[in-house]
Amino acid sequence: MATQTISTAPAPGGGAQLKVRRRSPLAWARQHVLLVVTFLVFVFMLLPNAVILWMSFNSPEGKFNYTWNKFSLDAWKNPCSNSTMCHSIGLSLEIGVVATIIATILGTMIAFAMVRHRFKARSGINALLFLPMAAPEVVMGATLAALFFNTIGPGGMGFWTITIAHVMFCISYVVVTVKSRLAGMDPTLERAAQDLYATPAQTFMKVTLPLVAPGIGAAALLAFAISIDDYIITVFTAGNSETFPMYIFGSVQRAYPAQIDVIGSLMLLGTMAVIAVSQVLNQMRAARKK
Amino acid sequence: MSSHDVLGRTEGGDLRLVGLTKRYGSFTAVDDLSLTIPQGSFFALLGASGCGKTTTLRMISGLEDPTVGQIFLGEQEVTDLKPYRRPVNTVFQNYALFPHLDIFENVAFGLRRRGVKDVKKAVTDMLDLVELGHLAKRKPTQLSGGQQQRIALARALINQPQVLLLDEPLGALDLKLRRQMQIELKRIQTEVGLTFVHVTHDQEEAMTMADTIAVMNHGRIEQLGSPADLYENPATTFVANFLGQSNLIPASVEGEKDGVVSVSAHGQQLKVDTSRCRSTSGKIILGVRPEKVQIATGRGEVPDGYNALVGGKVVDTSFIGVSTQYLVQMPSGEELSVFEQNTGRAIQRPGAEVVVYWDPSQGFGLEGSQDIEAGAEVDEEAAA
Repeated sequence: MATQTISTAPAPGGGAQLKVRRRSPLAWARQHVLLVVTFLVFVFMLLPNAVILWMSFNSPEGKFNYTWNKFSLDAWKNPCSNSTMCHSIGLSLEIGVVATIIATILGTMIAFAMVRHRFKARSGINALLFLPMAAPEVVMGATLAALFFNTIGPGGMGFWTITIAHVMFCISYVVVTVKSRLAGMDPTLERAAQDLYATPAQTFMKVTLPLVAPGIGAAALLAFAISIDDYIITVFTAGNSETFPMYIFGSVQRAYPAQIDVIGSLMLLGTMAVIAVSQVLNQMRAARKK
Repeated sequence: MSSHDVLGRTEGGDLRLVGLTKRYGSFTAVDDLSLTIPQGSFFALLGASGCGKTTTLRMISGLEDPTVGQIFLGEQEVTDLKPYRRPVNTVFQNYALFPHLDIFENVAFGLRRRGVKDVKKAVTDMLDLVELGHLAKRKPTQLSGGQQQRIALARALINQPQVLLLDEPLGALDLKLRRQMQIELKRIQTEVGLTFVHVTHDQEEAMTMADTIAVMNHGRIEQLGSPADLYENPATTFVANFLGQSNLIPASVEGEKDGVVSVSAHGQQLKVDTSRCRSTSGKIILGVRPEKVQIATGRGEVPDGYNALVGGKVVDTSFIGVSTQYLVQMPSGEELSVFEQNTGRAIQRPGAEVVVYWDPSQGFGLEGSQDIEAGAEVDEEAAA
């Protein structure tokens, strides 16, 4: 009998373990602090975007789409009902693309020069490159306005003056981004390419450029993002033109149509779609490797 | 330094360095180096970091321009040829595989740059040679260190260079893999019959693989010869200490007779073969390898004609199974190493009074004015 007890009887307190322990939500949160905090941070970051998406389906009562009235697809059906707004978006996109291309090409070349060569003015140029990032935008804008006013005159200000201004501050960001990528690149890779019969031009095209490309791509995206939503410097250099951020600023005073939220949502969804597609492509590529 | 002609001949594809010098500002990395490396040989440049061996290699590959001197491949001078025009390829220390290309394209890189259209067969054959054909579609980061090393080798070999340069090729591998790769490299070299120039700070690696070793120090060649030659007959204290270990004892020559030099060290009489002496007059340094020294408890155990040093005291005993390593302090304060093979003899404990002895024909004599410690400390640095 005694031996049987040892092998089969449940240990003292064993019954208690089988009981499902009820815990308060607070206790659960205490045990998952990281999870909870992460969730709250995401809410904090994404809530404004959710509001934009939400409000884009609103049918506002007056001119200002600030309070919820009722669900409607009107704004999504006619995003360009206000032609001034769509024209401003077109201008912003054009400026963004042109400024990005110019700034990326110039900035990449500067980054190569800064990383690969030791020259006299190097540290000076390094400091100057940081200037557009460090200086107050409003000061940069005012001085650019004075410069353009005195050179080409107020009549000539518009697309190209905005683009020139955007290229100026985007270059700094491109240089910084490409430089860090370039500095992290193993210099022996280029030596290896040369050792394997690649001429300097081939080494650049087949090894250096593909390896720095992610950095250049990131720099271009950054430049485009900064260009497309710049307001302060743009206002000073725009003349009679109006970009999308300028239009929104102006409309806050006159009227705030739901279409603005539609455009905002489209930009957001577009960005997310690009990220999602690249993720899927990456995973497919990785899967094919195996 | 005079020219080192390994076999005293210059043949078709020999690699010849003539008076090669490289200066960086006031620092001389490579100092008037002249060397002939015969076609098809496995040649090692051995030295501690900063001795100029990697700079020499880079000058051969063309990645570094010599300040003075010439480089010949056979009859062709290649000194001013750009690296991408030289029939020389390198296996880099960190492999330097192109991370954005897969293994196939990495190996095909050199062929494609030279405009070879159909690379498939050559690449497949080369991947088979290094036994990694199944990894052709992988990216370099998906490979282990040993696999990357073999791909780096394949990527260089596929171009059938006249000379293959290996820059510390096994440095990043763990000990077991390194041993395996040493054998592998030697096999491949024998198979393809190319000239391999191998740079390393690891004396064991150099001895295992190379036919000829050049020991470098301060941009110059200290000694050049076969591994056995360098080990048995070191020319300088640097070589004696850097290549394995040596017991070096300052001594003064008393006389020479019948090819044997008699010396006195701390009042004790010792002998060394004249043929193994770099200097036979005045002060010399007598050397003997620790594994050639034996240990006895009394003078009576020492065979006739052997060199014996009496009055030693064991200060340290480490039993490693295959052998026992003793540190024996002599009355002069000097400490000698003795590696005694495990033949079942009694182990001497620290504190024991002993006599150390060795066959006079196994010792060597070095010129007496050198730094007796040269090469000993750099070896430790390099190994660390």
